[in-house]
Amino acid sequence: MNSKDNKAEIVHLIGSKSNKFITGDRLFKALVIGASIYALFMVVLVFYALSEGSLPIFFKEGINFIIGTDWNSVEGRESFGALPYIVGTLISSSIAMVIAVPISIGIAIFVNEMVPGKIGTVLSFVVELLAAVPSIIYGLWALFVFRFWIVDYIEMPLHNTFGDNLYVFARTPFGLDVFTAGIVLAIMIIPIISAVSREVIKAVPHSQKEAAYALGATRWEMVKTAILPYGKSGLLGASFLGLGRAIGETILVTMIIGNAVGLSAIPTTLFSPGQTLSSIIANEFNEASGSFQLSALIGLGLVLFIMTLFINVISIFIVSKVTKSNSNVRE
Amino acid sequence: MDKDKKNNINYKSIVKGYVVKNSRKRKIVNNLITAVLFSFVIIAIIPLVSILMEVFKNGVSAFSLDFLILPPGAMGASDGGIGPAIQGTLMIIGFATLIGAPVGVLVGVYLSEYSSSSRRFAYFLRLFNDVMTGIPSVVIGIVGYITIVLTLGSFSIIAGAFVLSIIMIPIVARVSEETLKLIPNSLREAAYALGISKWKVVWNIVIKGSKSGIITGIVLAMSRIAGETAPLIMTILGTSLFFSSFNSPVDALPLRIWRLASQPYPSAHEQGWGAALLLILIILSLSIVLRMISQKRGFHLKSTI
Repeated sequence: MNSKDNKAEIVHLIGSKSNKFITGDRLFKALVIGASIYALFMVVLVFYALSEGSLPIFFKEGINFIIGTDWNSVEGRESFGALPYIVGTLISSSIAMVIAVPISIGIAIFVNEMVPGKIGTVLSFVVELLAAVPSIIYGLWALFVFRFWIVDYIEMPLHNTFGDNLYVFARTPFGLDVFTAGIVLAIMIIPIISAVSREVIKAVPHSQKEAAYALGATRWEMVKTAILPYGKSGLLGASFLGLGRAIGETILVTMIIGNAVGLSAIPTTLFSPGQTLSSIIANEFNEASGSFQLSALIGLGLVLFIMTLFINVISIFIVSKVTKSNSNVRE
Repeated sequence: MDKDKKNNINYKSIVKGYVVKNSRKRKIVNNLITAVLFSFVIIAIIPLVSILMEVFKNGVSAFSLDFLILPPGAMGASDGGIGPAIQGTLMIIGFATLIGAPVGVLVGVYLSEYSSSSRRFAYFLRLFNDVMTGIPSVVIGIVGYITIVLTLGSFSIIAGAFVLSIIMIPIVARVSEETLKLIPNSLREAAYALGISKWKVVWNIVIKGSKSGIITGIVLAMSRIAGETAPLIMTILGTSLFFSSFNSPVDALPLRIWRLASQPYPSAHEQGWGAALLLILIILSLSIVLRMISQKRGFHLKSTI
């Protein structure tokens, strides 16, 4: 009788203890999964809010919203087209890419392969400090300092030499134009592209580099024959990452692109003012009058979201494929 | 026969000459390209030096006690300060961290500790996190406007903190996942062998063991959101008043810099530089904290592994 009681008590104790175990475990797991669902929900929320907010303008304008060039918010004559801003976004970020991609990959190669490890680490740390500078400070510096350098040392010489013959340089430069925006965007994305490129170059197997050296290659020939072919797709992914950043950058572009509106926002020369999707949102969001203008701006946000989503997904897949294949090689 | 020999000699000398000439050319090309790549590094560093110099040179003259504590003066007047902006920035970063840090860490915990049971969910979570990092902040600002500002009926610090927390979550989650994975499996298994339940293992061994790594991620995300401007335009609007309630506009440093820079007055520009200096100092001190933690973390890791 007594022993039976003890046994029952023990069973009871173990049972309660393990129950407690399970409740704690379940609670914690629920908490963790809850947080993850919240994070996933944010993506859904972004998509839902943008679609819902831009419905009125898509109903009103239809396909004209994408291919139209008007931007008129006067009550009763409202007409909104996104084309000039899509073009402006593509042109400014193309200029940025043309400048930033060779420079960043060059920096990554130099820092990883051409100088001793310690100096390379210090140099790359300095370059990556640029990534910590907020874009509003880039904007301030570009607006009050850098713009005048570009006008004096790059745009005016180009304009004076080629202005008469080449239409892209024909307009008298003023500093607030797509060219300036492209250059400052390039400065901004250089640390991002070069940081990812460094990782890609680091992942090239040593055997490849040593094989090139063993055949008598110089440093540059080693880079050309071993690193570049091997890291090609990884470097492409890094560039796409930078492109995504350049397309979405807002406040810096708003400060220096000149903020043209409507048909005149399609830049005809490199030195014309323009407008990007993000800059017109920043400029007009708080002054939007009437529901259509606000809806049009949200629609621009949706277009921007889809563009960056597309670019980011491509770059994520490229980079993950590269890291996967490299880990296979190492094994 | 004779002809053949002659041919042979000619060929040899040609090869020799070619190699010598070519090797000199190859060396020159190598040095030239090294020089070009070095100039790329210089090109990238010049803007950084110029930005820091200009911000310090132009910003220092604006600094005074009044500048730091007073609300902005009248348009174009040189008196007044950026008190509300400093207060607003600190509050928004604080509130955003309050939401973003725990959610981000828990997502990291899920990805590192619980994801083995459903790989597909983990895959999507990781993919969506990466996608989220790439979404332009201005787009997230619009979402904050539609979901919070329109619902509550006014611009507010809640909307600002909410959008910044959305930007924060993927950064914190990514860094947390990486550091949690650094805890050796033997430690987890030792704890399980002692009969400790899973959540206690995760909490006491995995999370506490990688505390400094997690804090690194949080501080990194804080320094990232401290400079965000675009999403604040459509969520907190900006004001020249100090914080008064949770349903009225507030100010923030980046937003104040933007407004000051777009005014036509030189005194406003000077104040803009001053605010920029303060913002850089805040971000700089955050990254010094970051360095200190990550150095400590290096020692810590060595001692555990």
